Amino acid sequence: MIVNRISVMIGGEAGAGITRSGFLFAKACLRGGLHVFGTNDYQSLIRGGHNFYVARVDAEEIYSQANTIDLLLALNKETVLLHKNGLVLGGGIVYDGEEVSVSDEELGRDDLKLYSVPLKRVVKELEGPLIMRNTVALGAAVSLVDYDLESLSGVMKDVFKPKVAELNIKAAKIGYDYVRDHYAGDFEFQLKRTSSAEKRWMFLTGNEAMGLGAIRAGCKFYAAYPMTPATPLLHFMAPLDRKYGMIVIQVESEIAAINMVAGASFAGVRAMTATSGGGFCLMSEGLGMTGMTETPAVIMLAQRPGPSTGLPTYSGQGDLRFAIHASQGEFPKVVIAPGDVEECFYKTMEAFNLAEKFQIPAILITDKYLVESHGAAELFDQKRIGIDRGPLLTKDEYVGDEEYKRHKFTENGVSPRAMPGMTRAIVRTSADEHDERGYTTDDPQLTTEMFDKRFKKLDALVRELRNYETTKSFGPAKADATILGWGSTKGPIREAMKLLSKEGLNVNYLQIVYLYPFPSADVQGILKSARKTVAVENNKTSQLSSLIREHCLMSVDHTILKYDGRPFGPRELVQKIKRVL
Amino acid sequence: MTTLRDLKTPAKNTWCPGCGNFGILMGFKGALAQLGIERDQVVLVSGIGCHGKIVNYVNVNGFHGIHGRVLPLATGIKLANPNLTVVGFAGDADCYDEGWGHFSHAIRRNIDITLVVHDNMVLGLTTGQTTATSQEGFKTKSTPFGSIPPPLNPMAHALVSNGTFVARGFAGDMRHLTGLITEALKHRGFAFVDVFQPCVTFNYLNTYDWFRERVYKLEEEDHDVTDKGKALEKAFEWGDRIPIGVFYREERPVYRDGLPHVAEMPLVKQKVEDVDITVLMGDFT
Repeated sequence: MIVNRISVMIGGEAGAGITRSGFLFAKACLRGGLHVFGTNDYQSLIRGGHNFYVARVDAEEIYSQANTIDLLLALNKETVLLHKNGLVLGGGIVYDGEEVSVSDEELGRDDLKLYSVPLKRVVKELEGPLIMRNTVALGAAVSLVDYDLESLSGVMKDVFKPKVAELNIKAAKIGYDYVRDHYAGDFEFQLKRTSSAEKRWMFLTGNEAMGLGAIRAGCKFYAAYPMTPATPLLHFMAPLDRKYGMIVIQVESEIAAINMVAGASFAGVRAMTATSGGGFCLMSEGLGMTGMTETPAVIMLAQRPGPSTGLPTYSGQGDLRFAIHASQGEFPKVVIAPGDVEECFYKTMEAFNLAEKFQIPAILITDKYLVESHGAAELFDQKRIGIDRGPLLTKDEYVGDEEYKRHKFTENGVSPRAMPGMTRAIVRTSADEHDERGYTTDDPQLTTEMFDKRFKKLDALVRELRNYETTKSFGPAKADATILGWGSTKGPIREAMKLLSKEGLNVNYLQIVYLYPFPSADVQGILKSARKTVAVENNKTSQLSSLIREHCLMSVDHTILKYDGRPFGPRELVQKIKRVL
Repeated sequence: MTTLRDLKTPAKNTWCPGCGNFGILMGFKGALAQLGIERDQVVLVSGIGCHGKIVNYVNVNGFHGIHGRVLPLATGIKLANPNLTVVGFAGDADCYDEGWGHFSHAIRRNIDITLVVHDNMVLGLTTGQTTATSQEGFKTKSTPFGSIPPPLNPMAHALVSNGTFVARGFAGDMRHLTGLITEALKHRGFAFVDVFQPCVTFNYLNTYDWFRERVYKLEEEDHDVTDKGKALEKAFEWGDRIPIGVFYREERPVYRDGLPHVAEMPLVKQKVEDVDITVLMGDFT
């Protein structure tokens, strides 16, 4: 009997409600005091094809999907055939035996437990929509693991409208009873509510956590063009505009989005946009304009594998160098890579502060795996990060001995920022090189001074970041190897560390959260004392290694790279790490 | 009260002597003075090209943006602070070539801004190439054998995009143009003014004289500005007689009217500090 440790996959065609079902199962477990993680895999199509969602549940804290599947809820035969080898020894398959046949011969193994449940018949008898088959399967799964049906019903009541919830609860109950009557006590894996069931946890995606961060940070203008995997952030923000006094606008292109953000920000509003690589390409020129005009902007770049359209619904980390270098010319900016849902929230808040404090673009670089996977987090601490708008002039009237100058030279390069409309202030800026008042210039000396002014802000930003957690260390101080990573690899790396330590292998991990300006001193310090360094990245050329070489003049000993669009599995990572140890 | 003198800037004007841009500059300043809009309540947005320098020549708030992006930039400013008078200036290449993708969208949203297009049917600042409004057969450095396609019709496009104020002026008739810009600034909604603005250096064809011989004023011919069909007909009139003036106007809700939650409290006045997300977080538990 294996208690409180299971990985459940639900799979079927697109449009079958796969992600929703997996989410419901995981959330029902979370409410029972268990730790959960959920991730989805889908193709770029609306109907048909193959989608799946993996809900992992554990008594201990977990950070990523598991390596294997313990229970497969197969809504079609393809799901069985595709994932039969991913199942553990003695794993189970719930399928509709009245619709499809599954035999040991087809599976090529005879250890699996086959649980036929009449998913379609139940739905028909209830006169519900076909999509509800997944709910019957969920009820069956809850019964197989001997978990609490009430938790599942409770989650459905919160997620669905009352009538839909009622029907789904009925369907789940029938699935539950069917398994109890036919397969009671047969399955090895069991889930039990724990004593921490009373604790309130959130279960949310990176996109949702960033949306919460933006709203808490006082973002009032959000403009975007839909692009996977950043689209859900637009979906999250749009219905909240009325409640939080925002304007959320879907525009004609990413070019429009970044320029509108620049306009709103110039007018004095905290503004944000989000996209993926292709859209970020279109934003590049506008991004440079925010740098040149010293207009704060927050841009979320959710990566997927390129080049070009690449794998539009999968994950990758190939845009790091692009994010740092996007747009012509040189200008200060900040590039931040959150690694889990909690960081998605707090780093978004930091991004808004830094953008305004230094009047620069702030880029939050994420990826599909991070922004679309569900992670568990305690309620975010709304007080942890305050609002810092930098030298923003908020009075109605400008009072000063001299004329207001938008790009006034100052000690740290940051000029007091008036909002247009302020009486007695003329706020003028230009994408052309300009003087302190924003008038166009091509004077060589003034050009040099303006460049220096903008780059003084970078020096000031570097000083400011000394008070920030630009890197995070995990594991023992002394280790056989030090893993280096950024962004969403955090989850799989932390899981791999757990497995390695069980095998008596000593590994620590440095997560680099701020990629630009690069935290050279921190990284150098850790690298100097590391026995062996291993960069783990979801790209082909190990862009982090090249940044380390550039900023620390040090080479990374080994790289573990994966660029097939899929996140690292913990076991896969363990094997690859062991190979270089 | 804003006077023409208040609107003067110390910047040295670098337009060619006789450039049609001077007419637009004077027309805009005249309109501001006539309406008495405080200069610190006006935001001028310009793009890239000779026209873009206008940001240096009018002492109001200004954002000199990148090529083709006047409209989204101006839209962002207006949505954030509707109390500002936001006026976009673009060139024909800026708006009808590089920025064409924004034109119909800004119009159909009926964002409450004014757009003045300096339409000289040629690229000036890049020393003379064809643009979207260059005449068929127009020879330039990039079209030595003459421009092949017919020009794009901004007036018709503005009308079919549901424009609520569609007008055309001529930089050679400053008094008329000042009146048009004044009307445009007063219009609640997207006000579009295309301005024939002769380029004295690179457009050998569409000169002041060429326009003077052809333009006539719609208001002098009993044109009904509420008749969209008629306006569209006028938009296609080209050749010996070319109409200027207001083609069409109507009152239609502006984009912001669809956002009642920010009607009383523009974005710039919304509170940034202490936004409580407790309830939102609760939805995820």
